[in-house]
Amino acid sequence: MAEVSIRDVRKAFGTTQILHGVSVEVADGEFAVLVGPSGCGKSTLLRMIAGLENVGRGEIAIGGRVVNNVAPKERDIAMVLQNYALYPHMTVRDNMAFSLTLANAPKAVQEQKVSRAAEILGLGSLLDRYPRQLSGGQRQRVAMGRAIVRDPQVFLFDEPLSNLDAKLRVQMRGEIKDLHQRLRTTTIYVTHDQIEAMTMADKIVVMQGGRVEQIGAPLDLYDRPANLFVAGFIGSPSMNFLKGTVQNGAFRFGDMMLPLPPGPGGSDGMAVTYGVRPEHWRLDDAGVASIVRLVEPTGSETQVVAEIGGQRVICAFRERVSARPGETLHISPDVMHTHLFDPSSGMRMA
Amino acid sequence: MSDAVRDQLSEAEGPQTMAWDSKARRLITIYLPLACFLLILLFPFYWMTITAFKPNSELLDYKNNNPFWVSSPTLDNIRKLLFDTQYPRWLVTTMGVAFGATFISLFSSVLAAYAIQRLRFKGSKWVGLGIYLAYLVPPSILFIPLASVVYSMGLFDSPWALVLTYPTFLIPFCTWLLIGYFKSIPYELEECALIDGASRLQILRRITLPLAVPGLISAGIFAFTLSWNEFIYALAFISSSEKKTVPVAILTELVQGDVYQWGSLMAGALLGSLPVAIFYSFFVEYYVSSLTGAVKE
Amino acid sequence: MSGAETISWTPVRKAPSPLARLFDSKPFLIAICLLPAFGLLAVFLTYPLGLGIYLSFTDTKLGRPGVWVGLENFQYLLEDRVFLNAVWFTVFYTAVATVLKFALGLWLALLLNENLPIKSLIRAVILLPWITPTVLSAIAFWWIYDPQFSIVSYVLVDKLHILSSYIDFLGTPWHARWSLIVANVWRGIPFVAISLLAGLQTISPSLYEAAMLDGASSWQRFRKVTVPLLMPILAVVLTFSVLFTFADFQLVYAITRGGPINSTHLMATLAFQRGIPGAALGEGAAIAVSMIPFLILATLFSYFAIGQRKWQQGGSDE
Repeated sequence: MAEVSIRDVRKAFGTTQILHGVSVEVADGEFAVLVGPSGCGKSTLLRMIAGLENVGRGEIAIGGRVVNNVAPKERDIAMVLQNYALYPHMTVRDNMAFSLTLANAPKAVQEQKVSRAAEILGLGSLLDRYPRQLSGGQRQRVAMGRAIVRDPQVFLFDEPLSNLDAKLRVQMRGEIKDLHQRLRTTTIYVTHDQIEAMTMADKIVVMQGGRVEQIGAPLDLYDRPANLFVAGFIGSPSMNFLKGTVQNGAFRFGDMMLPLPPGPGGSDGMAVTYGVRPEHWRLDDAGVASIVRLVEPTGSETQVVAEIGGQRVICAFRERVSARPGETLHISPDVMHTHLFDPSSGMRMA
Repeated sequence: MSDAVRDQLSEAEGPQTMAWDSKARRLITIYLPLACFLLILLFPFYWMTITAFKPNSELLDYKNNNPFWVSSPTLDNIRKLLFDTQYPRWLVTTMGVAFGATFISLFSSVLAAYAIQRLRFKGSKWVGLGIYLAYLVPPSILFIPLASVVYSMGLFDSPWALVLTYPTFLIPFCTWLLIGYFKSIPYELEECALIDGASRLQILRRITLPLAVPGLISAGIFAFTLSWNEFIYALAFISSSEKKTVPVAILTELVQGDVYQWGSLMAGALLGSLPVAIFYSFFVEYYVSSLTGAVKE
Repeated sequence: MSGAETISWTPVRKAPSPLARLFDSKPFLIAICLLPAFGLLAVFLTYPLGLGIYLSFTDTKLGRPGVWVGLENFQYLLEDRVFLNAVWFTVFYTAVATVLKFALGLWLALLLNENLPIKSLIRAVILLPWITPTVLSAIAFWWIYDPQFSIVSYVLVDKLHILSSYIDFLGTPWHARWSLIVANVWRGIPFVAISLLAGLQTISPSLYEAAMLDGASSWQRFRKVTVPLLMPILAVVLTFSVLFTFADFQLVYAITRGGPINSTHLMATLAFQRGIPGAALGEGAAIAVSMIPFLILATLFSYFAIGQRKWQQGGSDE
């Protein structure tokens, strides 16, 4: 096991700059998730850690050893790819043992390691099958088994769940997390799905356009997003943003006023973006008036799309709301959970 | 159109007979022309076969015999071919040349296709294009200078001349075909193997080649067939009777004088076609896929 | 992490031998992989191609080096009626045979694309003419074209009484030319049909269904859906077909050897006759070299056809 350091890594394909100086530290045993919209450079970064892409500039170190010029097979890593990349002409057993046969491991060792991995993943009865005879979830497990067998210093996952249906995805998410808690191997996991990131990670790295937007524990990112991008990216449905100005210690938009969150609030007349998560609105007769546009009951909560002063907001209420489109609903935000951003830089003010 | 019929339509994998399509119409527009095609395409083979088994009396007398049938079949023609000519010898030579040329071509093509499609280097596209262009050079403009090359190498009238020159039209074809097959193997498999600790040659041997086996078979049987059927080089580079290949020998050795021995000629044509035809029947699907694969690339 | 019963084994991370390192270096591997193919093609294809062009400017004989004679061979050929006739016949043979092959081949492909019983067997059988050695099927045609015992004449004269006398298939120039074209078309139809069938099968049935619901007749469906979508593959198959028909040798050599009175010589057979049995390598090479401009035209056509194909499919072609 080992820590992974990524220091000011840059990469360009032709004239297109993919990564603009990315630095991330992943501690020993940590589960780090690289998350961001497609094209943000997260997969390229992972492939560079694996040694499948050259590091343009900067340094990548695994366990204190700079691996920029080390071949993939000598980096002591294992990788699970999006489509699993199981060797179709080999049985599950041979798939898992492949790296060991390449390393000339004795038969007994191969046997033992494979059966241990199969036991961990519940693959015992499938060892003599071929990949085409397996279901999506089973293939996923074989791919992980192939990684476990090697006892690597680092596990790399490249969007491993994106080919599975929604239900299986939730299940495998749990299994991967469970596996990490048992093995405690340093893991770097790439996904575009913020829910995967939130549920699995010890540390989330949010990336966009080849840059790191924020690094932190899942709930830190949720509670204190560093900028508008992270605020909008993490959480579903995403945070509501209202555009307005600071006036008399309150947030003013149109002819309505909302209380500012605690902390430095900005000077009078300054343009700001006010952020409230859907679940942080509550029904309040003293609140601002909103016109209901759409009501979506999900059973456990009720999502209401409404308009306040000409701006659209989504609210998620725990209680059942019987409002109809066109009616007026009075709501107010939970002041302790509101956010204030500088619209010109996108950075968090409070 | 009722919903049920529409459902059926959208589920149909290929064209199918619809309820409103009349049987009579299909008979005239489809089955009749198809039968004519089959008749014309297959008749020469039938004629070849029937002639090979006819005694001379029936062969040249249509008045007293039905020419489309043999009333007293004979093996004379075939016996004559097998025992009075060097046919077995030609067969062995052709087989040897075809196997040799196929082996060399397949070996070279696998490596070349792997380099072009999998090792990806600057200009690999141009190399691929060059190979494609080589495929477009027909043997009939090459055989004269090749004859002089072969002569100066001291290979004239030697089967080696054929084993070494056949790859010039086999390699481009096989390489092109294999590039297509390699393309269909996901890159991730090789990347995974790379992380698993395999060297590039190990990847070729343990991942890429096993997965390209259908392609290898296609290329192999195709190369074999093309070598078997080759004519112009074999005609130009081989002069002594016992070293000739089957197609050349039948045309040059069996056609003598002004009175053609049609019976034994047809027996020769039949026996010369039979090995490829049998070979073909085992691998029909591979032939079709390599033919269409090469065109589609 | 390791249980008590674990057999201890650590991968030996020995430095790879220099040879292994060499074989893992990409440039070396690329070079070594391309070497056999390129070596063979260079010695037996590229060099002879150049040598052929050189020979065409010399008066080389078989077994005797020649001297540079400039354009003399070509000047001589331009006044040689046999050569000019061969050029004309080669073009005629290619054009007529190609048109027939494609018309019939496309028809056959459309028939095979219908829902048929034992389809794969029919498809397999149809390829037979293309799979068997050309020379051997040509011999069968030679026998079918026999002046006295032709089965075709027999049927037409003695059975159907359409004609009054047997046809002299190979005895007169025009009969011989058409007989050769028929044999070539017979041999070429399977290739065209099976290739085009592959193209037809890539056309989604839903397009036909949409067209049918839009009220298109079967001819309109053929014109507006099948033909445009088949065009790309048609162009490629056409190039190959033109190229190989133009450079044909075997059929003519086996059936007529250029006769009667040199009327059915193709450029390839004439080059062979002059170059190998006639021993005039230089002159033979000049005839072969004269084919190159025509072949280049066909190749350029192929290049642009493939380019067009990329464009038609939005550049996302595989």
